[in-house]
Amino acid sequence: MKEAWRGFEQGKWCEEIDVRDFIQRNYTPYEGDGAFLAPATKATEKLWQQVLELSKEERERGGVYDADTDTVSRVNSHKAGYFDKKLEKIVGLQTDEPFKRALMPFGGIRMAEESLNMYGYQVSPRVKDIFSHYRKTHNDGVYDAYTPEMRRARTAHILTGLPDTYGRGRIVGDYRRVALYGVDFLIAQKEKDKLLKDGDMSPDKIRDREELSEQVKALKALKEMAAEYGFDISKPATNAQEAIQWLYFGYLAAVKDQNGAAMSIGRNTTFLDIYIQRDLEEGTITESEAQEFIDHFVMKLRVVKFMRIREYNELFSGDPTWVTESIGGMGIDGRPLVTKTSFRILHTLVNLGPAPEPNLTVLWSKLLPENFKRFCAETSIKTSAIQYESDDLMRPEMGDDYCIACCVSSMRVGKDMQFFGARANLAKCLLYAINGGKDELVKDKKTGLPLQVSPEFAPVLGDGPLDFNEVLKKYDNMMTWLAGLYVNTLNVIHYMHDKYCYEALEMALHDTEVRRFFATGVAGLSCAADSLSAIKYAKVYPVRNEYGIVTDYRIEGDYPNYGNNDDRADELAVWLVKTFMDKIKSHTTYRESVPTMSILTITSNVVYGKNTGNTPDGRRAGEPLAPGANPMHGRDTHGALASLESVAKIPYEFARDGISNTFSITPQSLGKDD
Amino acid sequence: MRIHSTESFGTVDGPGIRFVVFAQGCPMRCKYCHNPDTWGIGGGKERSVQEIADEALRYKSYFGAKGGVTVSGGEPLLQLDELIKLFSLLKEKRIHTCLDTSGICFREEDKRYEDLLAVTDLVLLDIKHIDGAAHKSLTGHSNAAPLAFAEYLSKHKKPTWIRHVLVPGITDGEENLKKLRAFTDRLETVEKVEVLPYHTMGKVKYENLGMAYPLEGVEPPSKESVERAKKILSK
Repeated sequence: MKEAWRGFEQGKWCEEIDVRDFIQRNYTPYEGDGAFLAPATKATEKLWQQVLELSKEERERGGVYDADTDTVSRVNSHKAGYFDKKLEKIVGLQTDEPFKRALMPFGGIRMAEESLNMYGYQVSPRVKDIFSHYRKTHNDGVYDAYTPEMRRARTAHILTGLPDTYGRGRIVGDYRRVALYGVDFLIAQKEKDKLLKDGDMSPDKIRDREELSEQVKALKALKEMAAEYGFDISKPATNAQEAIQWLYFGYLAAVKDQNGAAMSIGRNTTFLDIYIQRDLEEGTITESEAQEFIDHFVMKLRVVKFMRIREYNELFSGDPTWVTESIGGMGIDGRPLVTKTSFRILHTLVNLGPAPEPNLTVLWSKLLPENFKRFCAETSIKTSAIQYESDDLMRPEMGDDYCIACCVSSMRVGKDMQFFGARANLAKCLLYAINGGKDELVKDKKTGLPLQVSPEFAPVLGDGPLDFNEVLKKYDNMMTWLAGLYVNTLNVIHYMHDKYCYEALEMALHDTEVRRFFATGVAGLSCAADSLSAIKYAKVYPVRNEYGIVTDYRIEGDYPNYGNNDDRADELAVWLVKTFMDKIKSHTTYRESVPTMSILTITSNVVYGKNTGNTPDGRRAGEPLAPGANPMHGRDTHGALASLESVAKIPYEFARDGISNTFSITPQSLGKDD
Repeated sequence: MRIHSTESFGTVDGPGIRFVVFAQGCPMRCKYCHNPDTWGIGGGKERSVQEIADEALRYKSYFGAKGGVTVSGGEPLLQLDELIKLFSLLKEKRIHTCLDTSGICFREEDKRYEDLLAVTDLVLLDIKHIDGAAHKSLTGHSNAAPLAFAEYLSKHKKPTWIRHVLVPGITDGEENLKKLRAFTDRLETVEKVEVLPYHTMGKVKYENLGMAYPLEGVEPPSKESVERAKKILSK
């Protein structure tokens, strides 16, 4: 360790795994500007050209360049793969060839097979046989345990996007540990933890012991994977290039092991800067080389790919991997966590051109150095490729070593994980309240009548107008039912995911005693709030179909819409969030996880809308719901601040997993000067 | 006060981030007007000035050192008493007040204008055309009142931004721009002359109101033309 840790201030981090302590003692805050940054090197340009050509070819081949149909992807399943070994400063690909997508059947063999078929590939008979007859998948497990009610809720799409056929993702390993400690130390720590899991063998303890064994195996596989590329990562990294390489190997192992919906990478730049700074001070690298390492690292993150079905891409409007890297933020001691490497990673958007991945996310604080703020703004103007999130809002709860998983979920790196829970559709739940749990769109396959999804609740009777208090009471009851069903469905899913598709490598890079979040979510918030407002402030008459189901609404009079800073409507949205979260909290969650909620559909609101009938706010069946906590499209008529103020009323304490508001503005409407 | 609407995030009508109140009603019928829905005196909604001030104050934290409230329109001076009341309420709360006007209603003998200036921090004065006849043809009114208001603002040392909408073939003649420049040079408190390029975004409103679009076929000015006008007009 001594050679690897030369020049570092020692501390608690030397004795036990504590990356934050290492960072706090050793990082150099940077308050200057971006003038020091270096352009892309010749090697970078050449490699990036190769990536662009492969991307073009991939599009021409219909979206997939090549796919593995026989090798089941594992941490150490493939031979080394390169773009151009001589030029690459940071190496490692998901399979043995660039752009060849891996075969990942542990989530479900049918999904793996279907995705291959869509692009003209066939899974090998051997793999199909193994995963059909000898090895059970996550998907099989879930369907063995689902209740009929859970299946109905899924069919009717009141619960949507559930991770029951694909990897749940959203788990972020602390990949920095690989670089700082080397894998042997990590294995030793896990073995120590396993010894403590002794005594009475309860099911929980047995599972812990089994999981720790899996984690140790995964770490050993990680070493083998690195060895395939000619690196011995059993010991700590000794310089910047190694630190980036070791860290990237950790991440690469994760994306070889898991095809998660979001495979975020954590918060790494301040950590890596310590190594780069040391090398620069020792005179062993130049700024150009430092930038080259980062450029090559980012290039690798840009080509992370998974084999997925076309519907998945439609749901997310693209083929996102959510390789989110969190940058900057403030330390709790008041020093900014901005370093030169924060600049270097944002500079990749210039050196390699803009790209959606990795999802570079600046943790924004009023207190960030002025030069860095300015640099972020300039880079945003040039590239439109930076995501910003409020560090000031998250830091009090999460400390100063948290990262963002996916788009808004904050978790302390290596200390928190989450069970991703997709969404419950609150707009559709309101329709269920009115119709006593009969679906307004889906028919029962056997009887041809409207599908009774929930137990038979009392529907609203008569031809109206709808009585606000009656609807509210029925809605409250229906939300009670939905919250219970939702939590229980997720309990099944995550039990089976742990059992059949456990993220051993990612969890090996977490503390053994990890805090788990139970991350629920809602869709259709603004539609539901406006619908309640219409019922309360205007007259809404139900229109029934031949089965007596209310399938349309006639509205007389005006009513306030959410999104105009009008408390009458906004308080209904707030009520919805608080009420539903309180109901979620009242249930037992899997592995004593902490329930949280998100309001963050960014593109899938379109699909949720397709499965939701006419709503009392006048929205037509099939029309999109608004994304996240956004007001309904075109209904926020009092300008941007009024709209944002409405969204800002949604209480973060009830939606700790994040609130999103998709907001576009033209440069002209921000004023006339720069 | 009769108002057409409010905008919580105005960034183009005065300095900083501004809450903008669009007053309802306007005597002018400018051919290029992009808000014909604000013309009718009886349209819009009647709201108390206290209510409007309260709504504006909810955005105080966004105003910063430069921002505040702008009353635009329509023509705010049609409701002079209400306007003075609104600005007075805002000044009590130390909010920066800005009036965006054509000056068409101005009468120097009306002493209320002194009260107005006492509670107005900045005036954005639109000079539609410096040439009397052309002004009449463009707006339906003489430009005597707007020019007199400009002189009045200068005499009363009121900070003023002159605005001029650049419409190809109508207001972009070099001769006229130079005359306008000569006029603004005589004024003492003009901080800025803004050239606003004509745009066609109002066209759809005419269609919605079932009205013929007066400038059918007129394209927005070219970048070069805008730059040239700025060069002539900017101090």
